[in-house]
Amino acid sequence: MDEAGNGGGNGVTKKFMYMNRKAPYGTVYALESLEVVLIAAAFEQDISVVFADDGVYQLMKGQDTEGIGMKNFSPAYAALGDYDINKIYIERESLEERGLSLDDLQALTWEDEDDDWKEKSSLHLVGRDELAALIAEQDIVLSF
Amino acid sequence: MLHIVNKSPFERNALESCLRLAADGSAVLLIEDGVVAAASNTRFGGMLADGMKRDLKFFVLSHDAAARGLAPERLAPGVETVDYGGFVDLVTSHDTVQSWL
Amino acid sequence: MKLSLLVNEGPYTHQASDSAYRFARAALDKGHEIYRVFFYHDGVNNGTRLAVPPQDDRNLSQLWSELAAEHELDLVLCVAAAQRRGLLDGDEAKRHGKDADNIAPGFRISGLGQLIEAGIQSDRLVTFGD
Repeated sequence: MDEAGNGGGNGVTKKFMYMNRKAPYGTVYALESLEVVLIAAAFEQDISVVFADDGVYQLMKGQDTEGIGMKNFSPAYAALGDYDINKIYIERESLEERGLSLDDLQALTWEDEDDDWKEKSSLHLVGRDELAALIAEQDIVLSF
Repeated sequence: MLHIVNKSPFERNALESCLRLAADGSAVLLIEDGVVAAASNTRFGGMLADGMKRDLKFFVLSHDAAARGLAPERLAPGVETVDYGGFVDLVTSHDTVQSWL
Repeated sequence: MKLSLLVNEGPYTHQASDSAYRFARAALDKGHEIYRVFFYHDGVNNGTRLAVPPQDDRNLSQLWSELAAEHELDLVLCVAAAQRRGLLDGDEAKRHGKDADNIAPGFRISGLGQLIEAGIQSDRLVTFGD
């Protein structure tokens, strides 16, 4: 089975945005969205990932799923940086409405090849106007 | 850009989030349970009116409205009805389509 | 224009598959090309050939199969999502030691890369879900 199916792009680069608006575990969308993003990384497209509304809970630190019998997949977000997915946007208002701040979310980083492999944060706090502008410039928006 | 909302605003925040993040001048298509927002005199009427003030264009899928007992005369003024063919035309006439699931 | 669809919910519980099907038909009627329909999450359940809905109800899997046959549509079930939910083609069933397969005609099982590739190759990607 050709899981990545790479090579079908014919050199086209499109702006793909993955919009996550749901909390993890109650539904499968957060997990299966992450699976899409990790596969998408192989296609050399321009990827950004958004966490807004209850989607911000996907990145909460200290997720403990032992009591619900489901796998805690939150450590897998750390792999995004390895695939150079570093445009990860958190909507500020969504955090604030939920009494959260960036400190409540796990740190996601990437290493900048062009800057002596310096470790940099992949998380970008954006206000709704800035996020609206980012959405407007996409070619494909996938919402999970 | 075309935004598609398929959830009633009484049940979910999809329409609210869509209107919060849709750029001025975008089109918003209400389908499935989302058509509820297109009815006149709901408590969400103000949300649509505010959207229209910043040039958002609202469309409702007529078949979904009809299926829920919302005949055209029950729809809020300024909301345009389209059939599935009109839905296709909205998709092809906008560069990007986002479904607010 | 070249369009692709993403269907994220199974038949009957949500309207997503019905909406996607009607959209696909309307698009084909207007002369557009459907490059691919990708079924993800519970959407893979649209691909079973074992559904037996009541006679006075629509049979969504069959409708998709018929549309695929008529227009040579590429209906793809995500392999990871399909395996989780017990949707297997002959090869997958054999590989996992299962005693049956259940994929409806016109559907095939492949990787998530097919979704990304559809996004790249198509002029528009339209999502139907919950």
